[in-house]
Amino acid sequence: MTDRPDLGPLIPRQRPMHPVPYDPEYKTSVPRSPKWPLLSMESTPSEETGPRFGHALIGPLDNNLILNFAKDGSPAIGERILMHGRVLDENARPVPHTLLEIWQANAGGRYRHVKDNYLAPLDPNFGGCGRTLTDENGCYQFLTIRPGAYPWPNRANDWRPMHIHISVFGHSFGQRLITQMYFEGDPLIERCPIAATIKARSQLDRLVAPLDMARARPLDHLAYKFDIVLRGRRQSMFENKLEGM
Amino acid sequence: MVQPLDILTETPSQTAGPYVHIGCIPSFAGLPGVYPQDLGLSPIAKEANGQIITITGAVIDGTGWALRDAMIESWQPDAAGRFAGHPEADPAVSGFCRFAADKDSGLFTLRTVKPGAVAHRDGGMQAPHISLWIVARGINIGLSTRIYFEDEDNSNDPLLARIEQRPRVETLIAKRTGEGQYRFDIRLQGEGETVFLDL
Repeated sequence: MTDRPDLGPLIPRQRPMHPVPYDPEYKTSVPRSPKWPLLSMESTPSEETGPRFGHALIGPLDNNLILNFAKDGSPAIGERILMHGRVLDENARPVPHTLLEIWQANAGGRYRHVKDNYLAPLDPNFGGCGRTLTDENGCYQFLTIRPGAYPWPNRANDWRPMHIHISVFGHSFGQRLITQMYFEGDPLIERCPIAATIKARSQLDRLVAPLDMARARPLDHLAYKFDIVLRGRRQSMFENKLEGM
Repeated sequence: MVQPLDILTETPSQTAGPYVHIGCIPSFAGLPGVYPQDLGLSPIAKEANGQIITITGAVIDGTGWALRDAMIESWQPDAAGRFAGHPEADPAVSGFCRFAADKDSGLFTLRTVKPGAVAHRDGGMQAPHISLWIVARGINIGLSTRIYFEDEDNSNDPLLARIEQRPRVETLIAKRTGEGQYRFDIRLQGEGETVFLDL
């Protein structure tokens, strides 16, 4: 880490570190992936600025999925877990005060969504979404239940591993990222065509959260750690700070 | 061996999936009450300065089918080209909006203020535009593009100038369909594929 200002353009994305857009094993990607190359250019203020969200947005239970949809105070059914971690940028600087949103299936593997008609029942006390802001050190946490694995229509017998979807803003619109957290030890990760859209094995490993007994609370919940790295900006003493940034 | 670089690698993307609405716009998804209202309902308050415009369109796949499950985010400056956070920016323009394809028709609508031109790093100006980020099931990493306007001078825009195949420029230009009304379709693949950006 350095004290050089991060005023430069966004560091270009390393596309091979991301999933391939077109993957025949994930069938929906076939008609939805662009064929032509992306147009690459240095970022501009349109990508370097971005929306900011303040603490006034966040309600006291927004990061507690066990209670934020509970009726009459009845908690959601499932294995209680703490999901926590840090948001950093590529320069290893914490990303403070940035919005994270998560969504997930319930303990039986069913989403509260009109299009999900899986056999597993809905839990009347579980909605499946939460949000929070990172603190000044880039740290965040959610209390939730472990989502169930579920089958999905792709190949004849495909199952999604247990996962939690995560959306992160950063401070620049060009940092915008949606990804998924998987759980250490889940044998379905190896069989999942969506996880397999990431061709660099070391990158897929970064989506697998380890069990973190140091943050587990005895007689209450287990914990899983999930750190997130967003794009950084080029560090330089030689960048002109633009009007409007 | 050489010294290691003190640089981290970005976390890889994964598809937002079919249920992105639960996490990002839960009231739209039929989960009212988790939050007081969905984030990014409108990029402007009603007293915003400038011309109010409505952009309608669809996200269309390689077979010609309009996606029913896409979610789009937009980011733009105010009518004077200033982004939220700038000391002189219009306080009635947050600049950020989230909107989804209609589950029956696939059409989306963005009602906003027409953005002003924005300075480029080298001091030149970029033509007025709105940045878009599109996610859906089957899109493994969010797709970035821009809306420009056919009734603006786009001739000196540095991004449009980099598009070698000039007919493809048209894929980034919203067509005026009436007073303050524009049409902008996003074609993921196939004939007229939209220019997607890596900025």
